Amino acid sequence: MRKVVLILGATSAIARAAAGEFAEQGYDVYLAGRDAEELARIAADLAIRYRIKAGWGIFAAESLSDHGRFFAQAISNMGEMDGVVLAMGYLGDPIAARNFDTGGAEVILINFTAAASILGHCANYLEARKQGFIIGIGSVAGDRGRQSNYTYGAAKGALALYLQGLRNRLYDSGVRVITVKPGFVDTAMTYGMPGLFLVATPQYVGRRIVTALHKSADVIYVPNFWRYIMWIIRLIPEPVFKRLKL
Amino acid sequence: MGNQAGVLKCSMSGWGRFPVEECESVRPERYRDLTASAGRQIARGQGRSYGDAALGKRVILTERVNRLLAFDAVAGVLRAEAGVTLAEVLAAIMPHGWFLPVTPGTQWASLGGCVAADVHGKNHHHDGTFGQHVLELEMILADASRVTCSATKNQALFWATIGGMGLTGIIGEVNLKLRRIGSSYLRVRHHPAKNLAQTFALFGDPGLDDQYSVAWIDCLAGGKQLGRSILMCAHHAAPEELPAALQGSAAVGTSRSVAFDLAAAVLNPLTIQLFNAVYYHRQGNKRAPYFAHYDHYFYPLDRIADWNRLYGKRGFVQYQCVVPEAGALTAVSALLQTVSQSRRPSFLAVLKRLGVQNAALLSFPLAGYTLALDIPMRDRGVFDLLRTLDAIVLQHGGRVYLAKDAVLTPQTFRAMYPRYRDWQRIKQAVDPAHGFESSLSRRLGMGYA
Ligand SMILES: Cc1cc2nc3c(=O)[nH]c(=O)nc-3n(C[C@H](O)[C@H](O)[C@H](O)COP(=O)(O)OP(=O)(O)OC[C@H]3O[C@@H](n4cnc5c(N)ncnc54)[C@H](O)[C@@H]3O)c2cc1C
Ligand SMILES: NC(=O)c1ccc[n+]([C@@H]2O[C@H](COP(=O)([O-])OP(=O)(O)OC[C@H]3O[C@@H](n4cnc5c(N)ncnc54)[C@H](OP(=O)(O)O)[C@@H]3O)[C@@H](O)[C@H]2O)c1
Repeated sequence: MRKVVLILGATSAIARAAAGEFAEQGYDVYLAGRDAEELARIAADLAIRYRIKAGWGIFAAESLSDHGRFFAQAISNMGEMDGVVLAMGYLGDPIAARNFDTGGAEVILINFTAAASILGHCANYLEARKQGFIIGIGSVAGDRGRQSNYTYGAAKGALALYLQGLRNRLYDSGVRVITVKPGFVDTAMTYGMPGLFLVATPQYVGRRIVTALHKSADVIYVPNFWRYIMWIIRLIPEPVFKRLKL
Repeated sequence: MGNQAGVLKCSMSGWGRFPVEECESVRPERYRDLTASAGRQIARGQGRSYGDAALGKRVILTERVNRLLAFDAVAGVLRAEAGVTLAEVLAAIMPHGWFLPVTPGTQWASLGGCVAADVHGKNHHHDGTFGQHVLELEMILADASRVTCSATKNQALFWATIGGMGLTGIIGEVNLKLRRIGSSYLRVRHHPAKNLAQTFALFGDPGLDDQYSVAWIDCLAGGKQLGRSILMCAHHAAPEELPAALQGSAAVGTSRSVAFDLAAAVLNPLTIQLFNAVYYHRQGNKRAPYFAHYDHYFYPLDRIADWNRLYGKRGFVQYQCVVPEAGALTAVSALLQTVSQSRRPSFLAVLKRLGVQNAALLSFPLAGYTLALDIPMRDRGVFDLLRTLDAIVLQHGGRVYLAKDAVLTPQTFRAMYPRYRDWQRIKQAVDPAHGFESSLSRRLGMGYA
């Protein structure tokens, strides 16, 4: 029996790399996003390179009421679903995102509300099957609020909490829930951005996403050293932290 | 710092690490975003051209627009986005028994780069250039429109784009006819030659000819031994040709990931000299035919990580020229003598026989012999040396390969490429505002009279 993985936000370079890694392991994939032309190209590519079945469907995160129908359609297309990777995300302009009427609402909607909504459908399905996995991509930005991008950080932090809750809920049904927290990754989201350091390749993040399934950690930082960087950052007492320009 | 979102300022160079320039780069990930903007720009594949062909004010990195789109494993036709590397193409097609119709000496070139430079391989005398196996291209022009072209549709654009060094537009998709192979091995035969005249005689001997041929020249041998070489001839082995040990699973086309054998750090003039001497004797003594996996045969340099760093910070120029058949022996011996007298160690010297010129207006190959040499950029004296070489080439009616060039002048370029005028008329028609401009085209005034 072939395994199938659903990739939400499949046009992201990280997602594309992860899909390739899954395909290499013999998974069929179902790609979701808003950009039909890109999804078709990525699906063709995966099918040719890895000789797997690659389906795709349009998924607009902001249409919350449509998520149930979308998920049902994905299942009917692929026959079943063994796991989900949530890669969709939206950074936006951090300054504009300070206010909800200029972009903040969208940042919360895409990174948290919509993510929680679609994962809710996935969780119900996998819980009933009593197997499978949910891998959510958060961010180190969600580990502590900083003036530079706290709206995005808050949404990613909320996503991490949500995944933590799901993990607890799904433990008994044998469904793995893994939180992936990348540092800087070399993607369209960050290309040309000033102040980047220790930038990881999307291929590396993609590989770590898939190998996490074979390991026991529930929360992984990619690359690993971000765990220690974020540990130190979280240790800084708030009275000191609030004065820093981060 | 000071980067706009999506635009990265960085210093870049070609494979020869000379020249190094400050460029703005953009890196589209979606096919739709692979497009032209106002201002001057040039597409870049994998930066495996040696000089300044893939440098410019704004460089469009195509590396993420690299999807395989359609593969007909029965007919052997692949359609892919131009940013994909040959290595990735091979990984997908080899298991189905298909190979590239023409391959350069590195699998880290992109499809787009192979079309734009109209690359040739060791089978040029039989199969022509890469461009001659392209069934169709999808181009993104300066006005951001998309057009398809082929040998029968928009022919002028097609033959100006093949070998056109990215100056007619961005190559978006390539439709390529592949070559059927029976195994992932080549049957190789070595024929040593004591000097240049003998090398030419071996090339001319129809009894020795094979689908692929190339001569590795011991460029440190001089005097009577000038041009001492090993001619290496090969063809894709049929399964029944393979020895028992290689039959079975290995007989099916498989690709494998490249392992690095050697670090460039161990290479210096002394070790290069040793290498050349040892190589000549070792390879020359291999008289019996043997079987080589395709990545050893076609891509030996890919196995040396960062070998382009071996010439140090100042980089190097790979001088590759072709001279017409008549007078080739005189020309090549003059070239080798000139280089050997200049006392600049070259790690690599390769001689190859080329077949007839094709319809692509700026394509490099013409019927004759092509010589490629690495020349380190040690000092300004290198420029004088290169001018001397250019003069010899020009005097014999030959030309220098643009994909490797970093120093030609507008005048020599025009004299070497007599069909430039025809090319320029097409460039004028498709890109009147010179939206596509590279450091190479600026240096050579390409697009202008
Ligand atoms: C080890 C080694 C061995 C080689 N052996 C050979 C050989 O045997 N025969 C041979 O012919 N060449 C050979 N080459 C040269 C190499 O094959 C060519 O320079 C080729 O163009 C490199 O492809 P690239 O993707 O790296 O292109 P780049 O170096 O990035 O670009 C080369 C040119 O192609 C253009 N270009 C690239 N992509 C596009 C696109 N999508 N649309 C429009 N224009 C584009 C660029 O503008 C530039 O003018 C060798 C190079 C190396 C490093
Ligand atoms: N890059 C980094 O440095 C970094 C660091 C930490 C975490 N991350 C996280 O890693 C994930 C992938 O990031 P990336 O850098 O690859 O980003 P990206 O290239 O911007 O990709 C974002 C993805 O989200 C999808 N998406 C955005 N808005 C959507 C919407 N309204 N409906 C449906 N899909 C939507 C996009 O699909 P469409 O094709 O529909 O636009 C795209 O696939 C994100 O969750 C990001 O937050 C990235």
